[in-house]
Amino acid sequence: MKSLGSIRRDFAPWNDPNAKPYIQFDKVTKKFGDFTAVNNLSLTIFEREFFALLGASGCGKSTLLRMLAGFEEPSAGRILLDGQDLRGIPPYKRPVNMMFQSYALFPHMTVEKNIAFGLKQEGMPGADIDKRVAEMLKLVKLEQFAKRKPHQLSGGQRQRVALARSVAKRPKVLLLDEPLGALDKKLREETQFELMDLQQELGLTFVVVTHDQEEAMTMADRIAIMDKGEVMQVATPAEIYEAPTSRFVAHFVGNVNMFEGKVAERTASATRITGATGAQIVVDNGSDAAAGSDIIFAIRPEKIKVSSKKPVDAVNALEGEVYDVAYLGDMTVYHIKLDDGQIVRASALNASRVTEDPLTWNDRAWVSFRPDAGVVLTR
Amino acid sequence: MNATWSRFNITSIVLGFAFLYLPIVLLIVFSFNESKLVTVWGGFSTKWYVSLFHNQGLMDATWVTARVGVISATVATVLGTLAAITLTRYTRFRGRVLFSGMVFAPLVMPEVITGLSLLLLFVAVGLDRGFLTVTLAHITFTMCFVAVVVQSRLVTFDRSLEEAAMDLGAPPVKTFFQITLPVILPAIISGWMLAFTLSLDDLVIASFTSGPGATTLPMKIYSQVRLGVTPEINAACTILIAVVAVGVIIASIANKRREMQRQLDEQAAQRG
Amino acid sequence: MTNIAAAAAPSTIATAATPLTRLAKGFVNRLVIIIPYLWLLFFFLVPFIIVFKISLSQTAIAMPPYTPVLDFSDGVSGFFAGFRDLNFDNYTWLTQDALYFNAYVTSLIIAGISTILTLIVGYPIAYGMARAPAAIRPTLLMLVILPFWTSFLIRVYAWIGILKPEGLLNQVLLATGLISQPLVILNTYTAIFIGIVYSYLPFMVLPLYSSLEKMDYSLVEAAQDLGCPQTSAFWKITFPLSLPGVVAGCLLVFIPAVGEFVIPDLLGGSQTLMIGKTLWNEFFSNRDWPVSSAVAVILLLVLTIPIMFFQQAQAKAQEQGK
Repeated sequence: MKSLGSIRRDFAPWNDPNAKPYIQFDKVTKKFGDFTAVNNLSLTIFEREFFALLGASGCGKSTLLRMLAGFEEPSAGRILLDGQDLRGIPPYKRPVNMMFQSYALFPHMTVEKNIAFGLKQEGMPGADIDKRVAEMLKLVKLEQFAKRKPHQLSGGQRQRVALARSVAKRPKVLLLDEPLGALDKKLREETQFELMDLQQELGLTFVVVTHDQEEAMTMADRIAIMDKGEVMQVATPAEIYEAPTSRFVAHFVGNVNMFEGKVAERTASATRITGATGAQIVVDNGSDAAAGSDIIFAIRPEKIKVSSKKPVDAVNALEGEVYDVAYLGDMTVYHIKLDDGQIVRASALNASRVTEDPLTWNDRAWVSFRPDAGVVLTR
Repeated sequence: MNATWSRFNITSIVLGFAFLYLPIVLLIVFSFNESKLVTVWGGFSTKWYVSLFHNQGLMDATWVTARVGVISATVATVLGTLAAITLTRYTRFRGRVLFSGMVFAPLVMPEVITGLSLLLLFVAVGLDRGFLTVTLAHITFTMCFVAVVVQSRLVTFDRSLEEAAMDLGAPPVKTFFQITLPVILPAIISGWMLAFTLSLDDLVIASFTSGPGATTLPMKIYSQVRLGVTPEINAACTILIAVVAVGVIIASIANKRREMQRQLDEQAAQRG
Repeated sequence: MTNIAAAAAPSTIATAATPLTRLAKGFVNRLVIIIPYLWLLFFFLVPFIIVFKISLSQTAIAMPPYTPVLDFSDGVSGFFAGFRDLNFDNYTWLTQDALYFNAYVTSLIIAGISTILTLIVGYPIAYGMARAPAAIRPTLLMLVILPFWTSFLIRVYAWIGILKPEGLLNQVLLATGLISQPLVILNTYTAIFIGIVYSYLPFMVLPLYSSLEKMDYSLVEAAQDLGCPQTSAFWKITFPLSLPGVVAGCLLVFIPAVGEFVIPDLLGGSQTLMIGKTLWNEFFSNRDWPVSSAVAVILLLVLTIPIMFFQQAQAKAQEQGK
């Protein structure tokens, strides 16, 4: 069976018409004075889902999270949690917990006291609190740091305390605001997998806000790409990458080449495009753009093959000249200036140590790609 | 950075500190002068300290000053902290401009004006001048200093600490007492100390608002200074300086220790 | 279809707050504002209104020594009727008597000169501190603040012993042969300048230090790298960037110095004239409350503009702090 991306997902309640939504944003708008942070946004998140809100700073993703936590009230619209409207419920009475970007560890309390804080608020008996705290410390592997104060911990340890504190109450939903933003790259990659394991183990619903696309792609079941207070696309990481539905999304995630053009001809199985500068491209992965309409053809660099001779059986092949080459170790990036003037970025995996047909600056070169390698975008 | 700490910089600091400290040092030195002439050295003696403790008027004034200081500093700390919270947290309410004006203006208001206006208030409402009126006056002018000290701490306070507490189930009032207050406590304590010393120090406002039986130490010292410089006053001043200096130095050393310990801890934590 | 209130046993969603509890909570919130607000209104603003009111009354030999005006005991209508009885004699008198006018002008000039002197003395100290090795900066800062904690009165008093004709300064100068006659410094304006510079130095150094310390020294290095000599780099880069500190420091010195009483009284003697002292004498020696109130009202008017500048600077600093 063919599938987008290389992972088969068994957990996909969003494809099940009978699945009950767990968190619902229903036409939510949030205004701060004249500024609209979130604009008439609707979104559905399912139980046990690892959901990521991805966008540049100021796109409204944090506001969305803060509305769910109860720190902000929507200006319009409803937020439902398991069918219950959250309007008017203060943050300290909501069954969601948040892990803060700054971690917000209480500086005057030990690790233990920090983790116990939420449990104390709900009046849990002391013995149970001790048990739960010990359990949490074990979960994040900080047993021997129980008596330390936050300033006596390293960045990674603080992050784990913040995590332990926010899951100690067993919230129905855990909100994570840039949870790994303060960690260095290596630690961040390790922690991404730890977070995924933790989510599986606890069976919680995670909503994570991030500006780091790699982080979102790694961890999330589904990603919502946000821009200017609106959701641009909600889909699995593979769909977001391989089948973006807009220029914005295609551009926002990963690298992409865009060809402006018109639909020249449509048949049942294929669409033929004439680029604005004359290039002829055939696409067969299904597009409903009508003949004659203005479209964008988007294709990822790794889907483009570069060669010094014209490939024999390629459907799409365009000729040009090597404009720039960069050797990055695991792959090589080419910038090819097509004869019509457009520059195309192509990347080739360096699967072997020696290259048969090396290219250099100013060489004549051909770029080619399969008809299902790119997508046609109408917006 | 060291390279830029030139001879010029060192000289200006040394001269500056000499200017700041020499008069105080001389005052202390001459409090141990045997001679009654303050400026002619006649040998070492502690007799002025002894006579000081037999000066009942001075002792009474000290007691009044201490009580006024503690009471006014404590009330001013509460009011000043509330004012600081209002200034930082409630950015929009009717009369905010007036409020911040009333908090900042007393910081630079000439004391004669503050003193006169408070006195006229007390007369207008028929309050007899004495211990109570001095205390009320001191609360009023010191609370603004407390407000500024606490406010500067609150401005840098990480609001997400409060949000985290509420997120974990603590209602706002509980959050304030369990999180906000402990975190800003050092600023509140230094606010109290500032209010206390300002109260201890004040001559002008106390002169206006005090009445019979509530003569404060600065008032007493002032009335004696007007009659001429005596070693006894030098001795009284020395004791006052010593008390404040010891307090401030202990506080700052303790603070520095804590800070150093903290840095060591942080370094240790980074190493793993 | 489980209800989350049942499912999430520990973290239950409670019912939304009723309007009544919200109202109560709103009131508690308001209390934080109301208490200090009322206190300041009653003990800071109302007294000024009273000062203004009394400045429009007439001196009487009584206790309190003035005739009542705008008395609320007659009710609101009486209050307004009272406006007819207001008299501006005290102000007329203030403008006619050269003594007061001179006192105001002298105070402003003395405060202005002292402020500039304090800046000249304080800037090198603050600059030296800001460029000191980071390890000793807190200690230096504490050393600047420490004298501020000792009594103002004592610090002024200490200078009497130094500046007297037979005082320590003259002794030293005579002994070293620099002068043959004792200098007369005490009871002159020079003594007032020394007193103000000395007493207010920390107020100047602290804001200067905080703005100089924040400054990125690589800016000066960049200027030098671009060919700017050290001295002109100071005037073109460092000084302009420290201007907020200069303004704050100058206002903190100037405004209280205008109304200063202790320094002119103890160091300036009877020959010098400053408005704070005039007010004090009017009040305590002449027992003329209405005139001293009028003096206060005019002093306040004179200081309104610098005080507003100060407020603006404070508000700005607060904004930047955020």
